Amino acid sequence: MTSRDKAMQALLSRRAALFGGMAATLPALGGWQAAAQQTQSSVVDITRARTDPIPIAVPDFAAGGDAARYGRDIARVIVNNLRNSGLFRPVDRAAFIQTAEAAAQTPRFQDWRVIGAQALVTGRVLDQGGSLRVEFRLWDVLPEAQLEGTLLTASTANWRRIGHLISDVIYERLLGEKGYFDTRVVYVAESGPRDRRVRRLAIMDQDGENHRFLTDGSFQVLTPRFHPNAQQIAFMSYFRNEPRVYLFSLDSGRQEVLGNFRGMTLSPRFSPDGRSVILSSTRGNDANIYVVDMGSRRERQLTSGGGLDVSPCYSPDGSQIVFNSDRGGDQQLYVMDAGGGGVRRISFGRGRYATPVWSPRGDLIAFTRIASGQFAIGVMRPDGSGERILSEGWGMEGPTFAPNGRVMMYYRETPARDARGNGYSARLSSIDIAGFNERQIVTPTDASDPAWSPLLA
Amino acid sequence: MLNAKLFGVIAVVALLGACESSTTDSANTGVGNATTGGVGARPGSQEDLIATAGSDRVFFDTDRSTIRADQRSVLERQVAWMQRYPAVTVQVEGHADERGTREYNLALGQRRANAARDVLVAGGVASARVSTISYGKDRPAALGSTEDAWAQNRRAVTVVR
Repeated sequence: MTSRDKAMQALLSRRAALFGGMAATLPALGGWQAAAQQTQSSVVDITRARTDPIPIAVPDFAAGGDAARYGRDIARVIVNNLRNSGLFRPVDRAAFIQTAEAAAQTPRFQDWRVIGAQALVTGRVLDQGGSLRVEFRLWDVLPEAQLEGTLLTASTANWRRIGHLISDVIYERLLGEKGYFDTRVVYVAESGPRDRRVRRLAIMDQDGENHRFLTDGSFQVLTPRFHPNAQQIAFMSYFRNEPRVYLFSLDSGRQEVLGNFRGMTLSPRFSPDGRSVILSSTRGNDANIYVVDMGSRRERQLTSGGGLDVSPCYSPDGSQIVFNSDRGGDQQLYVMDAGGGGVRRISFGRGRYATPVWSPRGDLIAFTRIASGQFAIGVMRPDGSGERILSEGWGMEGPTFAPNGRVMMYYRETPARDARGNGYSARLSSIDIAGFNERQIVTPTDASDPAWSPLLA
Repeated sequence: MLNAKLFGVIAVVALLGACESSTTDSANTGVGNATTGGVGARPGSQEDLIATAGSDRVFFDTDRSTIRADQRSVLERQVAWMQRYPAVTVQVEGHADERGTREYNLALGQRRANAARDVLVAGGVASARVSTISYGKDRPAALGSTEDAWAQNRRAVTVVR
């Protein structure tokens, strides 16, 4: 076993343990071991996958009796994830020659080669009464080699997560980067006319499934953000008509106010270690950045530059903070040390810059730009160089990175076409940071302020 | 502006009517109330503030939070109205138009609410009677996506509590 395989096994075991199951690396099917050793480097450059998505075949996982449904649905979760990434091209199942059952026994590579599949995913589901035992294998079709083999056990209720975990293994094995499928998105679900908008916290899997509302709409909520453990959410609430930053526990469903600020508190974000929250608080005519310790709940003021300082976000190593300020006249992006010193402006392009968010990889800062009445989502390096606009529109803002830093989500608005507000909408979109594969995320109602969770396990 | 002034005149008449009825005998009170309800607003109410001060709101330039010269008189009339009803407390709501980002607009709305409050307090209203809140761009008054709608949404509204 290579160190990489050991790492993967450890990863899967850790993940499985979290949802009451187990995982193990499967040995290669007889005879394929040698070939597997030879093709450890079957990694496709992402740049190439973008222009030339990897053709991959994912037949239903073999399953008997009542488990057949899971065999089919888990395969569909995987197909959907891979297609939506824009980096894979799932082969149409109508073209399949070998049956799913037979492929799960022994793939007949010729059958998959002729329909253009470069990679093949096979699997088998066993319903153990309340839990599912799923074995999955990833094959490189050309050299006829097994690249991955994993056994997962999880409670039946968690069948979708099995599909996401397998998708992440495939993504990482074929693209050489961590995946982002076993994640969730928290956002603000919006309904009703805009002057009396009802805004509720809602959460869903990254693919839009398992959707549920977290608050009942009796008080307005804005800007939810995940704790690094993905179990807690910081957000802004108008509970009792006092706009403050609150914490929401996904385990208990409980909400509590953060800190004892007198003025409005807004734009919260957790530190990478989860031990504190940075936010903006209005006092007098300024808004300044504060850091609140999660344990003592004591606050420390970090900026006092005059003007409105909002939307702070830590670098992934916690050493720096990027934020938005109008201290120089109009909204621009500034970076400072985590302790509050060394403030320097990084945005110098045309227009106003806002909502900076640091990539989990550390290499980019995403932002909203407003220039000539047009909104745009873009990225720049932390020193302000290399600015690149990914998408432009009438109204769009609030980028959030997937945990691998490869995909972003944000919300996009369409303008009202009359004085009654008809035609206005707000919807979530995702895009690859290379600026391709922009897709609308389907939500039950209008949606804004998405926040992507870290990998769940 | 013309409409607002006209309303102001009507409101004064209504208030006089109400005062008269309260000083005459109780048999006439019912008539006085009926007159007040039909023409003017209940004294000390939001409608009364609008009628008397001409408006419950002031408007701002894009990305600005300073009280415009042409808006100051509205706040001065609001001061006079508040001095007439010392028991009334108000909350000034600051708002922004949709052409900005949500978080920045929350802060901007707060600054606008503060600017309007400062004029009320400078005019002699006790600061304890004036609280502030910001809704940023999330509670527009005008629902269109036009320059005119945006101008109406960049506002600070004095709301009787």
